[in-house]
Amino acid sequence: GFGSLMQDVLWCFSQVKGTIDVGVTEADVISTVEFNHTGELLATGDKGGRVVIFQREQESKNQPHRRGEYNVYSTFQSHEPEFDYLKSLEIEEKINKIRWLPQQNAAYFLLSTNDKTVKLWKVSERDKRPEGYNLKDEDGRLRDPSMITMLRVPVLRPMDLMVEATPRRVFANAHTYHINSISVNSDYETYMSADDLRINLWNFEITNQSFNIVDIKPANMEELTEVITAAEFHPHHCNTFVYSSSKGTIRLCDMRTSALCDRHAKFFEEPEDPSNRSFFSEIISSISDVKFSHSGRFIMTRDYLTVKVWDLNMENRPIETYQVHDYLRSKLCSLYENDCIFDKFECVWNGSDSVIMTGSYNNFFRMFDRNTKRDVTLEASRENSKPRAILKPRKVCVGGKRRKDEISVDSLDFSKKILHTAWHPSENIIAVAATNNLYIFQDKVN
Amino acid sequence: MSAENPESASAEEQKEMEDKVISPEKVEEAKLKARYPHLGQKPGGSDFLRKRLQKGQKYFDSGDYNMAKAKMKNKQLPTAAPDKTEVTGDHIPTPQDLPQRKPSLVASKLAG
Repeated sequence: GFGSLMQDVLWCFSQVKGTIDVGVTEADVISTVEFNHTGELLATGDKGGRVVIFQREQESKNQPHRRGEYNVYSTFQSHEPEFDYLKSLEIEEKINKIRWLPQQNAAYFLLSTNDKTVKLWKVSERDKRPEGYNLKDEDGRLRDPSMITMLRVPVLRPMDLMVEATPRRVFANAHTYHINSISVNSDYETYMSADDLRINLWNFEITNQSFNIVDIKPANMEELTEVITAAEFHPHHCNTFVYSSSKGTIRLCDMRTSALCDRHAKFFEEPEDPSNRSFFSEIISSISDVKFSHSGRFIMTRDYLTVKVWDLNMENRPIETYQVHDYLRSKLCSLYENDCIFDKFECVWNGSDSVIMTGSYNNFFRMFDRNTKRDVTLEASRENSKPRAILKPRKVCVGGKRRKDEISVDSLDFSKKILHTAWHPSENIIAVAATNNLYIFQDKVN
Repeated sequence: MSAENPESASAEEQKEMEDKVISPEKVEEAKLKARYPHLGQKPGGSDFLRKRLQKGQKYFDSGDYNMAKAKMKNKQLPTAAPDKTEVTGDHIPTPQDLPQRKPSLVASKLAG
């Protein structure tokens, strides 16, 4: 339940979506996962530019153990591949991020983005249709007006539920570089999109203009030393946002101070021991994700080997650091050669900000309880896919004698990476994307 | 241990430890430098970042194109390698080379 401690939570397999393919089609690789604000809907985006939305079914008294399963609600093609002939640039259709808007009426709204274009999608239900038009017949063919002798009033008749997704806004041509983040503001009127060097502020109603609020492009590109890696609005203060960099720093900006927020209000950086510096230091310090806590008091950052929690009131170091897979430190050379060192892992808070979760390799994912300081490694695999099967904690053996249940570092499958996970806003339900499969786990009932 | 604890050893003991133990990162760095002796001095700097910013770039610009054309005058036209995104200007784009990517009209298997 809400805010339960790690030792009380046993995670169970609930569902898995996707197929068991020997060779994974590139397009099927899941690239983003996001619950909406109530947890009723769960959206995924993939490399093929498609969005699939799952809806939680109503819990039934007859089957209490089924605890609301997620079924397909809607699916659509959000983005398509493009080729910018002017710049000779191939634009992938891969969905980088999906962010939900809070629900304000019967319809659901979400933002989806690829490298260049953000789109606002409206997902709505239709369960009635008008019948009895005067000027057209039931098939839609126009009737000859001269043949009409009487008028009738069209009526709404029930029909099979249809869920439609329509693109309501297309926010294009505002990013020279590749979009890595979008974030909806708490004012629900604006949102931001961030690329490697710039952040733009949009109004949902206006697609042909956006305000540039951060620009770190140097006058001379030879002087480029860092890029923006992620950005997010504060959950309550609509004037505040943060962005992270490839150098492992976070800047907090206040839009009230100036139109262009190039000067940060706060600068978060952990001092580095210069004697520890190596070729890999900067690469592994690059922040791949930044997330505000639900409370708005903390930010969490993910770099290659750790997850860190920062207090907004303390800029000089994080208040907590969690090792995700420190055993990879002695593998950095080969991880550099196979490009895995550049993998961008995300991180998430649970609803009460007491537990944080992030992915790793070999389809492992890790959870850290901030209160008890306990952590667990779990695995998303088809072998643990019996209904309500309790997930057994996994352990990586670093050296020496390997116990029976442990896996050695050299046996880890680095092609099975869990980059994207999501946590239900108020319950212990998590969604874990393992390449082309989506796993849903829940805590054990009773 | 999931959360880091402050070093309990005194400063002297710590220095001694550090003198004796080489960090695993430095060992990995030595390995890499042995394999790629010409690797740049500023690893996190411009090379990586420029590669990141250039993602998706197929061909450079007309100057690059013309230089490549001049180079290729006496050689056979190389065939385009659709997956080589980093090298630009080395081969001449023809209409056949330009990507003919069709959007995936197949529904996602997650919805199946």
